[in-house]
Amino acid sequence: MNQKRILIVYRHPPYGESFAREALDVAMAGAAFDQSVALLFLGAGVTVLTANQQSEGIQEKSLEKQFAALPLYDVNELYVDADALRQYRLSNADLSLSVKALDTNAITQLLERSDIVLNF
Amino acid sequence: MLHTINKAPHVHDCFDACLRVCGTNTAIVLIEDGVYAAIADSAAAQRLCAQNKAIFALQPDIDARGLTNRIDPRIQTIDYSGFVQLCCEHETIQSWY
Repeated sequence: MNQKRILIVYRHPPYGESFAREALDVAMAGAAFDQSVALLFLGAGVTVLTANQQSEGIQEKSLEKQFAALPLYDVNELYVDADALRQYRLSNADLSLSVKALDTNAITQLLERSDIVLNF
Repeated sequence: MLHTINKAPHVHDCFDACLRVCGTNTAIVLIEDGVYAAIADSAAAQRLCAQNKAIFALQPDIDARGLTNRIDPRIQTIDYSGFVQLCCEHETIQSWY
């Protein structure tokens, strides 16, 4: 099987809908099939990355803990929308994962060098 | 009248639609992804607090999203029983979703 560059784009916050969880399933499935998987947290999707998510009170499993498994799947290419971080008043220090902040031009380039782009 | 907003301000027009039409004698409760509008120093929180209305945000939804220490101090946080109490105090509830 040819290896494809798969880019998974997070565009929604983590708990209001199931997009974030589904995107993580796809990322892990792609990686398990030896595909090159990268994640981009775009716009409101940057909120998925906030550290210290205490989700017991809304009867949800913490997504933050599930994201910690990504390195085990060799998913190490993690990118975040720098403009959106500013919009949500977040800095890299506020995030649960080590991610690379990209400006709009770099995001465009990332999209253009991907074979498959999946939006969540 | 009590308004609830359950979507983030940059994702959906709930926030704008609510602020556009809600009257003066109004309380707004931010629930679920609506709590992203309460982030201190954000444009959304500034707009909300400039409204001179009672603004509330639901603490369990804030905590789940890692926003515990990031909420605008002008916005009052409430628990589920506080939310129920607000619902009982208001004759009409408008849900923006």
